[in-house]
Amino acid sequence: MSKIKPSKGAPYARIMGVGGYRPTRVVPNEVILETIDSSDEWIRSRSGIATRHWASDEETVAAMSVEASGKAIADAGITPEQIGAVVVSTVSHFKQTPAIATEIADKIGAGKPAAFDISAGCAGFGYGLTLAKGMITDGSAEYVLVIGVERLSDLTDLEDRATAFLFGDGAGAVIVGPATEPQIGPTIWGSEGDKSETIKQTVAWNDFHVGDVSNLPLDSRGNIKFPAITQEGQAVFRWAVFEMAKVAQQALDAAGITADDLDVFIPHQANERIIDSMVKTLKLPEHVTVARDVRTTGNTSAASIPLAMERLLATGEAKSGDTALVIGFGAGLVYAATVVTLP
Amino acid sequence: MAATQEEIVAGLAEIVNEIAGIPVEDVQLDKSFTDDLDVDSLSMVEVVVAAEERFDVKIPDDDVKNLKTVGDATSYILKHQDA
Repeated sequence: MSKIKPSKGAPYARIMGVGGYRPTRVVPNEVILETIDSSDEWIRSRSGIATRHWASDEETVAAMSVEASGKAIADAGITPEQIGAVVVSTVSHFKQTPAIATEIADKIGAGKPAAFDISAGCAGFGYGLTLAKGMITDGSAEYVLVIGVERLSDLTDLEDRATAFLFGDGAGAVIVGPATEPQIGPTIWGSEGDKSETIKQTVAWNDFHVGDVSNLPLDSRGNIKFPAITQEGQAVFRWAVFEMAKVAQQALDAAGITADDLDVFIPHQANERIIDSMVKTLKLPEHVTVARDVRTTGNTSAASIPLAMERLLATGEAKSGDTALVIGFGAGLVYAATVVTLP
Repeated sequence: MAATQEEIVAGLAEIVNEIAGIPVEDVQLDKSFTDDLDVDSLSMVEVVVAAEERFDVKIPDDDVKNLKTVGDATSYILKHQDA
């Protein structure tokens, strides 16, 4: 057996820069109310959401990602050629192959980095961050671009009063690079496949491919509905608040800190009611800044955490060097939580 | 020791008061959580989880939708608390 030279990476990893892109079109609840029987007050009281952004035809998954990545690269102070890997988390890039990551890598001028997509729903950012950290500490890449990007407006059933108001579009990106001390804690992550029906796509793409489409759902005009994301609201709420609070606590424990040591809490921006209940269940102290980007961005799945992070830093509500707990959770069901130092 | 009906209603009243801010005396057997007590579907989940802890009972998601009134919840807890 030949001796294989071990790989050698950086001792630790950190988030070096963050960037976001929100589509130009801002959609208030009034627009949602054109297709569902509800009210602005009801939507706000159930979700905290007042507006969300919907992408135009030009604001593609790739285009939004390129914009967000450019900002993250500038924020990190590196050049695109230094990026050794591009990881894109999305559930709303509608070409199965090739991965959108390769196109994005090319468009940002990154040369020939490793590039691939992952599917981990609303936990996608944490999954990508964990992969990036591994690549950097094992020497597979010096800098990794992690992107969470969604056009969930394409997967929204606008006639479903339980979900029509929830989703939005956007892209968030971070550059992860080497560090001399730990700035990304251990990840607490996992999956609960026995709950895979709790959040799901209504019909599979290949249901459109077979001859008989009589079983496909129809909209109010009798047209076949495009697949959409649907969920069991109460079951998701219970799992997100009470089970994810335990995961968040485990991430704090694994990082060797307590809630008192936190400056910022950035949960996946699913619903402000979930955020409120998590804060209560975790007994977060008053001084912890809580991300509530969902109010004006809606639920953007994998993009929500980096978008919220970017906004908190941009508004000055959080600052570079702050200690933040991030937790993503969603369809799978999957989850990922870790403690990071903000860039 | 298993709680009595009276104790369960009193416990639910405290929980609803804590979560929805409704006076404890308003929480009675015939009251509907959503129509009378300002407990919406998400708050109901919080009520259920708090009741599970307080009365050491499991209330699965599929059963939550059947608990329309305080009386429904009380009967459910009475029946399942020793299970």
